[in-house]
Amino acid sequence: MVIAVASGKGGTGKTTIAANLAYFIRDAQVIDCDVEEPNAHLFLKPEIIKRETMCLPIPVVDESKCTHCGKCGEVCEFSAIFVIKNKVMVFPELCHGCGACEYFCPEKAIREEKREIGIIESGTAGGLSFVHGILNIGEPMSPPLIRRVKELIEPGRTVILDSPPGTSCPAVETVKGADFCVLVTEPTPFGLNDLNLAVEMVRKIRVPLGVVINSCNIGDSGVNEYCKNEGIPVLMSFPWDRRIAEQYSMGTLMLKNLREYIEHYATLFDKIKAELYSKNETAHSHKR
Amino acid sequence: MKQLTVISGKGGTGKTSITAALAVLAKEPVIADCDVDAADLHLILAPETVESGDFSGGKVALIDESKCTKCGLCERLCRFDAIHEFIVDPVSCEGCAFCAHACPEDAITMERTLSGRWFVSNTRAGTMAHARLGIAEENSGKLVTLVRKMASNAAEKERRSTLITDGPPGIGCPVIASITGADLLLAVTEPTLSGIHDLKRVVDVSKHFNIPVVVCINKCDINPYNASEIEKYCVENGIEVVGNIKYNPEVTRAMIQQKSVVEHECGDVTVEVKNMWERIRGRLGT
Repeated sequence: MVIAVASGKGGTGKTTIAANLAYFIRDAQVIDCDVEEPNAHLFLKPEIIKRETMCLPIPVVDESKCTHCGKCGEVCEFSAIFVIKNKVMVFPELCHGCGACEYFCPEKAIREEKREIGIIESGTAGGLSFVHGILNIGEPMSPPLIRRVKELIEPGRTVILDSPPGTSCPAVETVKGADFCVLVTEPTPFGLNDLNLAVEMVRKIRVPLGVVINSCNIGDSGVNEYCKNEGIPVLMSFPWDRRIAEQYSMGTLMLKNLREYIEHYATLFDKIKAELYSKNETAHSHKR
Repeated sequence: MKQLTVISGKGGTGKTSITAALAVLAKEPVIADCDVDAADLHLILAPETVESGDFSGGKVALIDESKCTKCGLCERLCRFDAIHEFIVDPVSCEGCAFCAHACPEDAITMERTLSGRWFVSNTRAGTMAHARLGIAEENSGKLVTLVRKMASNAAEKERRSTLITDGPPGIGCPVIASITGADLLLAVTEPTLSGIHDLKRVVDVSKHFNIPVVVCINKCDINPYNASEIEKYCVENGIEVVGNIKYNPEVTRAMIQQKSVVEHECGDVTVEVKNMWERIRGRLGT
């Protein structure tokens, strides 16, 4: 079972929910897919056992074979390689690594070399298995690194994916293929606006979803009304509690020191499972 | 014209609330909302759109079933796992067109996708450029660049001296597109371990692109120790801390009333944001 924790708006508590839920489940796998700003490790404090670099293939041109025919530039959609006068220019940051230039070069003058865009670290935190990716500074493209960390999903385990904020490529890449998506929001106009966008995104990629409302005692009733009208289950609400904010600020899991919230996570996990079960039932009955 | 971009690394630190307040304080600035995949600034500044258009950023492959001989070459060549059973999954398709160039039957074409809409609007603070990215669409970096271009065109036309940009969270493509060419970055952080961790990464990005940065510590009283750690880090790195804003629930109430924190009485917050703007103005030289 793969559960993505995503949001739309940043700072609503994705990492808090993801890390504490994993801590509650005990033997889950946590994959921090927010490779631009990974934070889950600050709370789970994993022991890193393995570190690997993530590379993208980029073209390297053998000038002795190149006839400057310009075919590579013609097939590159991203202007990452082109010929001007008698020189081939390559712009590694623009290259998506599709391999078209190498394939089409009539002189076989292009080979691929690896360019590092980030690293992947994996390890353990108590009974949890932990993976995160860290995008290199100045590197624009995070989705290839997110794809790679998701390849480390351990089959058969309960997996929690901590998603980056937003509703475009990095969030889509994370939530795609998950069994369930928990959208974390707050009951404010910003929270509602971004929840709405996130719901549309998750629905478009056909992942069942539910909502967790953080700081439910501040703000207005807009998020609750929206969920009711859209038929979206509100799986759990957490109050604004200064102690939660303080625990968070110190990088401490709230479940370690605020044990009264353990029931919240137990219910949240039960509701996720119930939602998944009912979705599967409906899918089966449709097939029949 | 001087350009200020507000960033944070970590999401939810208060970028948009602060951008809205600075926009109101600045004398007739032009404003750009570059957080195009979760844009919120319009909820405070209530823009009235005067101009808008479609944005088409990317392309996706489309297989013409009538020409396809199911040879399977496209599926073998695709490195993005976007083609299965001779059908392209538009969400996975990278738009590289490798398959279209390689198809022996010329059965694959690249179709432009409508990735979003851009707007130029009037607000009480000044002209604002903003956008809405299509659902689950890519290319937010390109849309960011377009929004910034619209904003700087407006600034030139109206002879405005300041362009204030609300940036996205993170450090990737849309952030890079939001900061290139800016004169000053305002990094809004919070005194949490996540806030500090993410601030350092976004400061490294600003160094990488050689753009000066100043820091605002939001909700600084949530953890005074961490706030002092941020101060220390900033001193060590020659970064000016231009604002220390305390946590105040009135900030949420201002948002609900569609007001910035300088238009709704938020006590200390209102005062400190005004002081902060004066310090930023000094740095911008406007």
